Amino acid sequence: MSVDLQQDFFALFGLPRRFCVDEAALEMAYHDLQGRVHPDRFAHLPDVEKRLSMQWATRVNEGFRTLRKPLPRAQYLLELAGVDAGLHTNTAMSSAFLMEQMEWREAVEEARAAGEGHELTQLHHRLRHHAREVFNELERTIDERHDFAAAAEIVRRLMFMEKIQHEIDDALEALET
Amino acid sequence: MALLQIAEPGQSAEPHKHRLAVGIDLGTTNSLVATVRNGIAVCLADEAGRAMLPSIVRYHADGRVEVGHTAAAAHATDPKNTIMSVKRFMGRGLKDVSHVESTPYDFIDAGGMVRLRTVQGVKTPVEISAEILKVLGARAEASLGGPLTGVVITVPAYFDDAQRQATKDAAKLAGLNVLRLLNEPTAAAVAYGLDNASEGVYAIYDLGGGTFDLSILKLSRGIFEVLATNGDAALGGDDFDHRLFCWILDKAAIEPPTSDDARRLLMKAREAKELLTASEEAPIRAKLSSGEEVNLVVTRDEFATMTQHLIAKTMAPMRKVLRDAGLGPEEVKGVVMVGGATRMPQVQRAVAEFFGQEPLTNLDPDKVVALGAAIQANVLAGNRKDDDEWLLLDVIPLSLGLETMGGLTEKVVPRNSTLPIARAQEFTTFKDGQTAMAFHVVQGERELVKDCRSLARFELRGIPPMVAGAARIRVAFQVDADGLLSVSAREMSSGVEASVLVKPSYGLTDDEIAGMLKEGVEHVGDDMHARALREQQVEAERVIEATTHALEQDGALLNADERAAIEAAIAELKQLATGDDPRAVKKGIEALARATDEFAARRMDSSIRSALAGQKVDEIQV
Repeated sequence: MSVDLQQDFFALFGLPRRFCVDEAALEMAYHDLQGRVHPDRFAHLPDVEKRLSMQWATRVNEGFRTLRKPLPRAQYLLELAGVDAGLHTNTAMSSAFLMEQMEWREAVEEARAAGEGHELTQLHHRLRHHAREVFNELERTIDERHDFAAAAEIVRRLMFMEKIQHEIDDALEALET
Repeated sequence: MALLQIAEPGQSAEPHKHRLAVGIDLGTTNSLVATVRNGIAVCLADEAGRAMLPSIVRYHADGRVEVGHTAAAAHATDPKNTIMSVKRFMGRGLKDVSHVESTPYDFIDAGGMVRLRTVQGVKTPVEISAEILKVLGARAEASLGGPLTGVVITVPAYFDDAQRQATKDAAKLAGLNVLRLLNEPTAAAVAYGLDNASEGVYAIYDLGGGTFDLSILKLSRGIFEVLATNGDAALGGDDFDHRLFCWILDKAAIEPPTSDDARRLLMKAREAKELLTASEEAPIRAKLSSGEEVNLVVTRDEFATMTQHLIAKTMAPMRKVLRDAGLGPEEVKGVVMVGGATRMPQVQRAVAEFFGQEPLTNLDPDKVVALGAAIQANVLAGNRKDDDEWLLLDVIPLSLGLETMGGLTEKVVPRNSTLPIARAQEFTTFKDGQTAMAFHVVQGERELVKDCRSLARFELRGIPPMVAGAARIRVAFQVDADGLLSVSAREMSSGVEASVLVKPSYGLTDDEIAGMLKEGVEHVGDDMHARALREQQVEAERVIEATTHALEQDGALLNADERAAIEAAIAELKQLATGDDPRAVKKGIEALARATDEFAARRMDSSIRSALAGQKVDEIQV
């Protein structure tokens, strides 16, 4: 078995390549790996080792960042499967979803314009709840049906929902200050 | 099953050899140096038994430089040459410095980092800070009885790249080997967490003389993981003094005060602030230069009311940092108070109210940062013991980005990313035959470039001429464990490495630093050649020691020829190190580095493999 900087993140953390990950095992592996490669372990060693350590620690951080949260993890799985989930290719969005997009946007815009902090918080919770359902659907699509084309469309929907979530958070922050 | 002896990379080559390392808290008002002695972190005191060194530097006409208590005494008589709170000027332009009008200095604003005219000529904040570091370094060497292997210097978590780089440059000028720049709240967490063997989420509220930081850390199984950080690099106890000073001017109807009076009253304001920590009211008595007398009393409530807006300024970052960490105030298990300014009762009250619990104050808020830095320095220098399995994972406080069309910021590295981190962005040319491209690197959260900090401008040259849009230029950002950024660029279709010329916006160029170093060496009458030789010899010794240790531990990873090649390079370097040509020693070090490149990679691999093997065992047990 060889380990190198090019191996995929699932292999790096010793996890099966699936959407559903054991978060505790991921964090444990992350801490264990950083404990071995982090620059703080190499501060007193020659430059060759310092450089290697920085490359590895950077890679381990990137891997953890990618696998920790469900959306980047799904995007990464699509990338590994050779499927492009980029928004610029979202030609196949269903009209139902496009309608849904508009409704969310309008609701956020209205609450923002009215300075309705409570309404924004409600929207935040509703959207999060909705996202959880969509993530469940995504898990079935990837881990059970292995249908990456369908997964790509779900990922695009989730990317949009995340964008709305950021808009809500920004609006809430603007209200506070 | 384990056929290979796996080395722990952090273990020292010779366990009995203790390397001298210290932690330095380079503060706005006071600085401290600490070390780990017999397993316990302690602050090192001067001959008079004082641990705190006032961060004050005085330049004399005869070329002497005075730092600390004696310099402080001259503050009233020689204000222009007695520099206080220089940390506020690090990596900053004149327009960024608050309350400029109430400082007595002769500033030079030629763009870039602000400079000060003194009796010894123009000084940069970097040089002035270096004087403070030199005194602390000398104190440490005298106290520990030998040269220092390295130092850890603390910086506010919210310091941007320019301020961090300025701090590192100051250390270089002071002749100190920086093992790491460590964020102040993280240092405090180390001192606190290791002491209390805590687990869970902690908030560190650090209000110093001139800076405010707030960090949320998760402590679990020896890992100190910073989840988010926020703050204000221009808010501190000094602002509370200034507010009280303005109140005095108002009450006593003084306008405008002479610079002497201003200084005297500012001092009185500070004294009153400190008195109010323990008593309900404080007298303010001063005789002005006009002969007029000021005789006032300020109560704790009055002081709290007049500084309410300053406290409020620390509340917004608290809400933001929790949102970034994805936590509510109730999920925070403990709140640690750091910095002298957290002694103010109104600060403690506000923090207690926000988190719904009394903050922890059982470690001296003035010393806790230096102590944490000392603990980290001890580990980084290679004095780690087997049971010291803890590790710090820190973050970058502010997003890094590039300027795009229309003065907008494109974020490349988001804030609160765990360090080290690398990110790349691709760009293309917009004109046929274009061979150069200009970039502007900024730091901050705002959308418009003009609202962010400008870090540097750089230009790529040598792009092979192509039609517009055909070139693929990949600009890579790498942020190291000190939170410092380096940029590289490459044209991907041709593989041409474009040269990057970086011009720091508020920093010193490498040439300027080299010039200052040379000047400093000449000033003390040192021999440049002898110094360079000594430095290379020390480095050679260090590299040989580390390589020999690696061979002992992991020699099994090499075949006989490979081992012989490394041993030959060691022998060659040993030979060169006895000579008197620093460049030859440097070449020998580089040759040894090349010879061990592959070996180092294999050692790293085997260490990572053993991490994975460990997990597999766990899985079986489940």
